Amino acid sequence: MSGKRALIYREKLKSLREVLFANMVMAAELPAPTGKEDRLTDFLCHRFTEGGLDNISLDESGNAAGVMSGQSMQRNILVAAHTDKVWNETDDHTVSVDAGSMSGRGIADNSLGVAVLATLPLALELLGVSLKSNLILLGTTSSFGRGNLHGIRFFLDNTERAIDAALCVEGMQLGRLSFECLGMARGKITIEIPDGADPGMTGVIDVLSRVGAELVKIGEEAGDLSQLLVGSIEAVSGYNVPPVQGCLRFEIRSSDEARVSDLEKHIIDLVTRFDSPSALSAQVEMLAHRHPGGLDSSHRLVVEARSVLEVLGIGVRETPSISELAPLLGHQIPALTLGVTRGEHRHLQNESIELDPVFDGLAQIVAMIEFMDSNELSFDE
Amino acid sequence: MSDIDIRLDQWLKTNTYHHSDFWDIQELVKAKEAAGLTISLCIPTLNEEATIGKEVIVFKSELMDRYPLIDELAVIDSGSTDRTLEIAASFGADTYLSSDILREHGDKPGKGENLWKAIYQLKGDIICYVDADIKNIHPRFASALVAPLIYRPKVEYVKAFYDRPLALSDELRPSGGGRVTEIMVRPLFSMFFPELTALMQPLSGEYAVRRSVLETLHFPIGYGVETSHVIDLYQDRGLDAFAQVDLDKRVHRNQSTVDLGKMSFGILQTFLNRIQANGMVSDLPDLHGQFRQFLAEGHRYELTRKEIVEEERPPMISLPEYLKKHGR
Repeated sequence: MSGKRALIYREKLKSLREVLFANMVMAAELPAPTGKEDRLTDFLCHRFTEGGLDNISLDESGNAAGVMSGQSMQRNILVAAHTDKVWNETDDHTVSVDAGSMSGRGIADNSLGVAVLATLPLALELLGVSLKSNLILLGTTSSFGRGNLHGIRFFLDNTERAIDAALCVEGMQLGRLSFECLGMARGKITIEIPDGADPGMTGVIDVLSRVGAELVKIGEEAGDLSQLLVGSIEAVSGYNVPPVQGCLRFEIRSSDEARVSDLEKHIIDLVTRFDSPSALSAQVEMLAHRHPGGLDSSHRLVVEARSVLEVLGIGVRETPSISELAPLLGHQIPALTLGVTRGEHRHLQNESIELDPVFDGLAQIVAMIEFMDSNELSFDE
Repeated sequence: MSDIDIRLDQWLKTNTYHHSDFWDIQELVKAKEAAGLTISLCIPTLNEEATIGKEVIVFKSELMDRYPLIDELAVIDSGSTDRTLEIAASFGADTYLSSDILREHGDKPGKGENLWKAIYQLKGDIICYVDADIKNIHPRFASALVAPLIYRPKVEYVKAFYDRPLALSDELRPSGGGRVTEIMVRPLFSMFFPELTALMQPLSGEYAVRRSVLETLHFPIGYGVETSHVIDLYQDRGLDAFAQVDLDKRVHRNQSTVDLGKMSFGILQTFLNRIQANGMVSDLPDLHGQFRQFLAEGHRYELTRKEIVEEERPPMISLPEYLKKHGR
């Protein structure tokens, strides 16, 4: 039902082309590193004001929120997009626009998601969609890395409104359908050669390489259902000075929470073996955890999302998530993450997105909001 | 303080704004409608496919669709060989080839030609010119420039200026006073038109002007167009006809020193012609139109020559076609 309306919505939404694209450009050109999202959240609040939303606010965590009050006001639907980007404040955030694409740092992750939030009030007005439930639009902060989803967690822990259903918006990829979360543990291993100890010819680089190789082995032995990813190794000094300090960042993912715990212990043991008070300090710091869980694949919300995507002719890619969706599901809220358009080069400076599919993405979001509005959903169905 | 210093100080207090003074675009729209004004935004282009799409999207969405401040958004192109016009049109701009406008008057190369023809082609009571190479485009690049014209009927010509950089990179730079301004134009103004030194960036490509003024101005077709406007309007109506707005940072491609040399040559021609015509100097010799520069490669030096002659278009109001089209 919602799916068929999505086809009509897609065509009508094209009249908001310039508005949506301008929101994308402006959201993308505002730097918003994790913990310093204030310029982007201010922008979002201005848009919420222009959209006539109620209760527009920046909370203690910096989240930007606004409410489109519903007719009955008894239920609350949340649409969330994280505002932080992986880029530094001083990086060039300039966006380039071609006839069919847009490119620049953070355009997909997650300037497009933020632009969708900024455009939703106008989109619903244009489509004549009038909701019974309150629609809460939330630009969250501190999602990435050490931020550890602080923004959405703060909101969920402190909001006085019970959230009945939720949707997380990510710029790419269109067709993404996430309704469950992997268990996850994220950590940082720091290696340091104390003052007075001999750094040799390579300093901590040799040790980091050996630790990395051991992690790869642990990952290979972990089995198909678990992953151990090494995301970065840093040891900076210069051309001719062996570095005496460095770090390695890793992430464990598994649908089995016990397995995540096992791997975490395994890594802590490994690092302890490298630690030697006189010659080398090796420490591991765990930065973030997620608990696995989610909706059943036959949950009405999931079934409807598949149906909407199918009607729009979008291939479905069901992938587990470790982002905003995790705390929502952790709070037993029926929730999904959807992507808005096709894109490539995520987290690279030439990150780019296709413009035409954006209207498919926006139409699916409106259709799912309508479905959430007209169906009382529970977490365990 | 000299009388000029006191005058400049006073003018800076009353006629210099920051774009945040005009943050309330809704109020600006109301004031524009109350004043019965129409506004055209003109972007002159030549091979600007990298940035034109974004400018059109931002201006059209924010200043036409969201807030109806701009009545017309036009790109006037000098004959781009890239996709500038196609991209601009795809996002809703009216696009024109400069050579198609006032065909009987021919087609001359240069940005000034586009600006001049815009007066004929566009309809607004105010025309706001914005360059197409701005990387950090924002609605304020137009809204804050037209604001003093809307709120203050005696202001005729509003110039943009930008913050001064603390450090420059090779590729991108926020625009400060501008090298040509600081090294050449400001010293010349200090000698001949000291009051005009109050303009932070007399050469900036972003400005908004009343049609009633634009149609009376001569238009050098090349580098000298902004300089001639400033001098001519100042001599006709004085410093109070001007206002300027700080637009904060402007990021664009840095121009090479060689290109700035050509620009300075053109501006100097315009300047000398103006002061001679105004009787401020006499007996200038015939000025050479060839600009010579040297390219060095090791110990070999290659002479390059470029003919730069600042032709001028007459005031638009002197054209019968213009009088007919605009009912003047």
